[in-house]
Amino acid sequence: MDVMDRIKETVESHPIVIFMKGTPQMPMCGYSSRTAQVLQACDVDFAHVNVLADPEIFENLPRFANWPTFPQVYVNGELIGGHDITVEMFQKGELKPLLQEAAGKAANG
Amino acid sequence: MTDRISLIHERLQSALAPESIDIVDESAKHAGHAGARSGGGHFIVDIVATAFEGKNLIQRHRLVYDALGDAMQTEIHALSIRAHTPDEAKAAS
Repeated sequence: MDVMDRIKETVESHPIVIFMKGTPQMPMCGYSSRTAQVLQACDVDFAHVNVLADPEIFENLPRFANWPTFPQVYVNGELIGGHDITVEMFQKGELKPLLQEAAGKAANG
Repeated sequence: MTDRISLIHERLQSALAPESIDIVDESAKHAGHAGARSGGGHFIVDIVATAFEGKNLIQRHRLVYDALGDAMQTEIHALSIRAHTPDEAKAAS
């Protein structure tokens, strides 16, 4: 499958997905680490893709949503932002309801 | 390293005509970690511009990334962006 189709399928098949350096358990970058932490703090299940383990995605993800850096967080197939935006939304109390609604929708079919 | 700061400064200045720009080079803090191998720098940009009015966070960050263009691929490994309108900056100070 073409890498752009692979990315598209990934963001569309998971209500919440983070593309990050490393994994939530073993992050390889401070920005990825903190972003994964705020997702975890929202008490929702989320998928992750380790871009360091998938060079093709690492190379092409910045083109996918015209966003040059990692991590990237997608909710319901849409990019919500990278580290700064995700953390800022969390601090403002906007992230948790957004993620819980996305996760709830998925659970209810 | 200061060359990178002037490059960021110039590009943001010409694209967004900001009221103020503050750029901090944090590269030294991150030297040697796995993600920094490419050699690009870590920067924090604090920018106040009327161009951000009526735009949400993701739109503001895109404006900054667009202004930086190819420098995002070559010179910059990581960028923290604090983008505010003049009114927001006034309210915060």
